Amino acid sequence: MSDLAVRAAPARPNFNGLWVAPPLIALGLTFLYPLFLIARAALVGDAGEIDVGGFLSVLHSRAFLNALINTGLIALAATAGCLALGVTLALILAFVPFPGSTFVARLIDTFIALPTFLVTLAFTFLYGSAGMLNGALTQSFSLSEPPVHFLYSAWGVILAEVTVYTPFVLRPLLAAFSLVDQSQIEVAGLLGAKPWRIVRNVILPAALPAAIAGGSLCLLLTVNEFGIVLFIGAKGVITLPLLIYDKAIQESDYQAACAIAMVNIALSLGLFSLYRFAARRLGG
Amino acid sequence: MLVWSRSGRFIVWLLAALLIGIIFIAPLAVILAASLAQQWNGVFPTGFTLEHYASAAGGASGDAVFASLVTGLVASLLALLCGSWAALALRAQGEAWSRTLGLLFFIPSAVPSVSVGLGLLVAFSQRPLLLNGTTAIVILAHFVLISAFSFGNVSAGLARLSPDYEEVASSLGARPTYRLVKVTLPLIAPYLIAAFGLSFALSMGELGATVMVYPPGWVTLPVAIFGLTDRGDIFSGAALTMILVAATLALLIGLERLPLGAVGRRA
Repeated sequence: MSDLAVRAAPARPNFNGLWVAPPLIALGLTFLYPLFLIARAALVGDAGEIDVGGFLSVLHSRAFLNALINTGLIALAATAGCLALGVTLALILAFVPFPGSTFVARLIDTFIALPTFLVTLAFTFLYGSAGMLNGALTQSFSLSEPPVHFLYSAWGVILAEVTVYTPFVLRPLLAAFSLVDQSQIEVAGLLGAKPWRIVRNVILPAALPAAIAGGSLCLLLTVNEFGIVLFIGAKGVITLPLLIYDKAIQESDYQAACAIAMVNIALSLGLFSLYRFAARRLGG
Repeated sequence: MLVWSRSGRFIVWLLAALLIGIIFIAPLAVILAASLAQQWNGVFPTGFTLEHYASAAGGASGDAVFASLVTGLVASLLALLCGSWAALALRAQGEAWSRTLGLLFFIPSAVPSVSVGLGLLVAFSQRPLLLNGTTAIVILAHFVLISAFSFGNVSAGLARLSPDYEEVASSLGARPTYRLVKVTLPLIAPYLIAAFGLSFALSMGELGATVMVYPPGWVTLPVAIFGLTDRGDIFSGAALTMILVAATLALLIGLERLPLGAVGRRA
């Protein structure tokens, strides 16, 4: 590690590259080797034969297909929500700043460091069947049953994910907006352009790469989200990570868990490439 | 300023206040309120009590705080060591290699945490590496998930580091180890500390991989909180969540306040 930046004399053999071996071995042993074993458990039967049939039968099961559809729909809806909320908040924070707006931006930023299930627990008190919203509604309209039930459905998961992952969109958008030339906006305003038109024609085109990078990161994180779905614990809302947990821990069916994990990992790596691609376009 | 008129600006700010209040501030506020409440049956909680915090201080909840802190500390230190080592070592590689290997070190952050846990469970449940049921497998799971963030942070720091300082040190006759310890590491210290803080925060909140691998004697805070809320004890769950948030924020703020300027100048 210590010889790094020295350019070795041409005649001497160069062993600097070997310094990368220890962390590579750690990565291989703790990450790549387990991934390989997941693939083997999913595709190889007990007697050591290739068992694609077992793999495919898991992928054709109703539970898997439901979880796949749920995961996709929840991730898309949550990402759309994050983008809508993120763009709105970023526009206000960057172009209509109010006293304390930098503090608010930092406050939202700290959500990145907080555990995701915190929001779900809070939603139980806010929107749960015995929560504030239902309490207020039953009291003021003297209802006998709590009227609001969305928390225990896919909508509860989507709203929680929007809260947790909007900061991941907000951060690159604020960075992109800070590069927009303020005088351009003032000129457009002086020429009589309405705010909405300035946003559409001047600001948003400049922020498109940031929105795509933030959005694809959101898509990746929402596909992988586990805590929120586990804490909401709604019967009908099973996503791929939750199904893997159920199969492995509750049913001890490791082959099925590994088969589903392979699909989930493939999906995540696909979205990761999309994010890297978008982020590189943003940088370059 | 995008909105010129006073009333227009006022409406925009009202919208921002509503969105930020409902979506970001309300969740934190209700958890704080619930952790201090005796009962919450109507619109607002009733009765003030510190009982939930008192019960969190000892017994199973106290053990969870301890388990989370130890796991976070050990896993973050390991991730920092491995991540900085990898980031430093990649500088000696050619452009193409360093890009490919860099991508490889990033990939753990893209794989779902439950699958990372499942893989470790499958890999370390058999000889010769029998770790299933030990504390080590929990720490290992956290290490895998956060090492990519340490690597990313340190790489970002190294990318902004001008090579001049190191070249001057070399030309003045500094040996490689001396140069690393006295020049390179102090210069990227802010990034090392940021990497450690982020790793620690992520480890404190980690749930997906932990529920797959944790042994009965090593229950981390998120797992304990899930256990409490699953049994219907949401007030104790809220108190434990506040402890988790407070510990995380205290650590992040504490690290931010470190006198980094002095470290940089001494180098």
